[in-house]
Amino acid sequence: MKSRRIAALVKKDLKLFYREPAALFLLILFPLVISLIFGIAFGGINTGGETEFRIGIVNMDANSNNAGWSESFIGNLTELNGTLINHYDSNTTGQDDLLNGGLHALVIIPEGFGDSIESYWVSPLDGSTWDNTTVELYLDSGSMIASSAVPPMVQQVLFTTIYGAQAGSMELPIEIGSPSLIYVSDLTQWDFMAPGIFAFAAIFMIMTVSQSLTVERENGLLNRMGTTPVTSSEFIAAKTLAYMIVGVLQVSLVFAGSFAIGYQPNTTASGLLFAFLIVVVFTLTCVGMGLITAVISKTADIATGVGFIFIMPQMFFGTFMPLGGLSEVLGTFMPSNYVTHALTTLFLRGAPVGTMSVWIDLVVVAVIGIAMLAIGALLFGRQSAKK
Amino acid sequence: MSESAIVIENVTKRFGSVTAVDGVSLEIKWGEIFGLLGPNGAGKTTLINILATLLTPTNGGAQVGGYDVEYDGKNVREIIGVCPQEPAFYGHLTGRENIEIYGTFHDVPKTELKERTADLLRKIGMDDHADRKSKEYSGGMIRRISTLMALIHNPKVALLDEPTVAMDPVSRRAVWDFILELKKNGIAIVLTTHYMEEAKFLCDRVGIIDEGRLIALGTPQELMDENNAENLEEVFIKLTGKKLREVV
Repeated sequence: MKSRRIAALVKKDLKLFYREPAALFLLILFPLVISLIFGIAFGGINTGGETEFRIGIVNMDANSNNAGWSESFIGNLTELNGTLINHYDSNTTGQDDLLNGGLHALVIIPEGFGDSIESYWVSPLDGSTWDNTTVELYLDSGSMIASSAVPPMVQQVLFTTIYGAQAGSMELPIEIGSPSLIYVSDLTQWDFMAPGIFAFAAIFMIMTVSQSLTVERENGLLNRMGTTPVTSSEFIAAKTLAYMIVGVLQVSLVFAGSFAIGYQPNTTASGLLFAFLIVVVFTLTCVGMGLITAVISKTADIATGVGFIFIMPQMFFGTFMPLGGLSEVLGTFMPSNYVTHALTTLFLRGAPVGTMSVWIDLVVVAVIGIAMLAIGALLFGRQSAKK
Repeated sequence: MSESAIVIENVTKRFGSVTAVDGVSLEIKWGEIFGLLGPNGAGKTTLINILATLLTPTNGGAQVGGYDVEYDGKNVREIIGVCPQEPAFYGHLTGRENIEIYGTFHDVPKTELKERTADLLRKIGMDDHADRKSKEYSGGMIRRISTLMALIHNPKVALLDEPTVAMDPVSRRAVWDFILELKKNGIAIVLTTHYMEEAKFLCDRVGIIDEGRLIALGTPQELMDENNAENLEEVFIKLTGKKLREVV
């Protein structure tokens, strides 16, 4: 392999990125735009901010003799950070607002709510004497976070209402060492999605590499190069190097863009460096997949379609869309899943770089990357052989 | 150095049931300009591609500069310069950059490459347009650049597949002069063409190829005398019963 030839080919490919606006958009601006749009859409602005849940209340016990309990319950719910309370006269109007997306949850305080608590305090140890009632809770099924966060919040408020504010500081022999709900609610949906987005940005390298190769083949450039001393290994090395340079630039821009809109991962400088490294290694995997796509596609148009065979599973089973069940099983075969896992461990869980699992993730991604690149290079070499 | 620049021995190339080249044998000397004449689909480009190591013959064999095209392709590729029928170039690079990258592929030293590129661009009348993106060039301009991409490294054997198609008369004349200059340096040149006047002006010998077979071989004058014809086109009609330009 001659380094001068490789350098000339790398330079040639890199010139495309700054001389052709379309190539520049696909490689640099597209991932940046995607990450900015996702970041803004899912609340990445201004250091994340707190998620605010709009909760509707229908108090059907407002006119009872023990209305103080329901008022206390509403007061506690209002004081809770991250809630915005709307009052409704009837279940119907509250349900309408919930259905139209105006609320994250609707709480119906039943008639006899106060009597029920009073009966409890008369005889706390004899359940047979209690007047049982049920607080109805309706949730916005369109909001994944509201569905999971609101029920425990309401339960906590009910607990505080019955036992008082000191209930939270009751001394018990066993403590649950989980973070408070309010702390969890500080994270935006973007914080949960960001690790996947970083992997997502690199995935489109598959299409770019395959398009570049198929276009060169269609235009007769590969055939022409086949009449020169340039070997297929020099050509592949140059392609890989050129796209790795672009990948590094791409990852840097996506990271910088995310931080610019307020993303603050819970990690150190070494954590960021590791994250950068694993995404760059993943880019290598995508270059390999791009080579394979180019080999099995006769034209650039076909390569666009075939590229999605690699892109879609990487995206759905490995990045920011954990669907659970079978998708998680399939995710174990996707290198993007390991990138997302490592980044989640570092950025969300705040694990140190020395954590074994992130290094295992890196090794898995590197091994798959080298394998993909080797298969791609082998297939390309065979295809380039004389007919 | 081998005695002959190119030796083709009973070469046949089949693509499935189609025989593109059928038992062609030929020798081309150093410093000779050899013209391959024939209509589209006659087998000219297939023969050029075999010599350029892009295709392997089904039967027979060929040597370029003494190197076997099938088994010693690496050495063959170091001494040939190939200008394909459809000019393949990087549209986002300038004409100068396209030429220089091919010089680099052939390990032409950097300083020499710059000087040689500038010199060739001037000779072929492209020095004023050399730093424009090549995708902006006209068909004739890109063909001139494509020819230089093939010749920048001073190949010992030049394989030029219809190098002057779509060129205006002035550009074509510039390329002809350039090819004649290469001949003086001892380079063996194989060119395919549809233009009879081009073959007559440039070629020391021509081979007429039809349906894969070499049906006539000799100097333009010999072929005209043998066939009692006034020009090469008439020779072609007499030998094949076809008009060369009609099938183009």
